[in-house]
Amino acid sequence: MSEVLNFHFVVNGEDFTSAGQASMMMKRNLRQLGMPPEIIRQVSIAMYEGEINMVIHAGGGEADVNVTEEYIEIILADKGPGIKDIEQAMQEGFSTATDSIRSLGFGAGMGLPNMKRYTDYMDIDSEVGVGTTITMRINLQ
Amino acid sequence: MTVKELANTELFSAVAMPHGEREINGVYIGDLLSWVMGRAEADNAWITIMSNNNILAVAALADTSCIILAEGVSLEDSIVKTAEEKGINILKSEKNAYEISVALSSML
Ligand SMILES: Nc1ncnc2c1ncn2[C@@H]1O[C@H](COP(=O)(O)OP(=O)(O)OP(=O)(O)O)[C@@H](O)[C@H]1O
Ligand SMILES: [Mg+2]
Repeated sequence: MSEVLNFHFVVNGEDFTSAGQASMMMKRNLRQLGMPPEIIRQVSIAMYEGEINMVIHAGGGEADVNVTEEYIEIILADKGPGIKDIEQAMQEGFSTATDSIRSLGFGAGMGLPNMKRYTDYMDIDSEVGVGTTITMRINLQ
Repeated sequence: MTVKELANTELFSAVAMPHGEREINGVYIGDLLSWVMGRAEADNAWITIMSNNNILAVAALADTSCIILAEGVSLEDSIVKTAEEKGINILKSEKNAYEISVALSSML
């Protein structure tokens, strides 16, 4: 039986000037586990984009990371407004970010494409008015 | 070239340099954070004019070797302090991104 390590984070939706804390903590955890730098970077980028999206678009949420022998799985769940058209949201350049959020450097519409690009598996489960759960996996072998 | 060596050149000064020994392997220029996140390579020097807190997480997670603030952009003291704590190198220059890149291309 392969061992599974779980990490749980609550992502605060109020403060996006310090957003990214869960991803920073997870990066440290993976370093301590001795993961290869390239894997750590993939997890960091994918998780950060998902974490930031929960803060900006969904008022916060929760992140769970499961580390198995085969893969690292990141699950981001929020009770935000949901995504109406997932195919459209996945397109490079599509964003509903407001001007004030854009002035901080967000809103290029590249977050979801980055998550797809840096992971081996990605699933978006979203319902308007209910919330969004994104599951991503990065293979370790 | 290391971040510390770069900080010692005429064009640049150190804002925060907790890991001056890091090697710079190339350059990425950008102000849109998820472009930087997706396209910068590990150990790149990242040239930007953005000065809010979020640049720290991007630099740390994309694993750039340093942030270079162009055009004399400055940071709040609290952001500099956080950079030191989180091990993120930040340099600054009065020059613009183009001039910085031209200078770097002959140094790297
Ligand atoms: N968790 C979420 N809840 C609700 N809507 C979301 C969520 N994540 C993404 N979206 C929607 O999908 C769009 C595209 O997301 P994506 O991360 O690609 O771009 P962005 O966040 O707008 O900009 P960037 O990530 O480049 O800063 C968002 O503008 C938003 O409308
Ligand atoms: Mg995004």
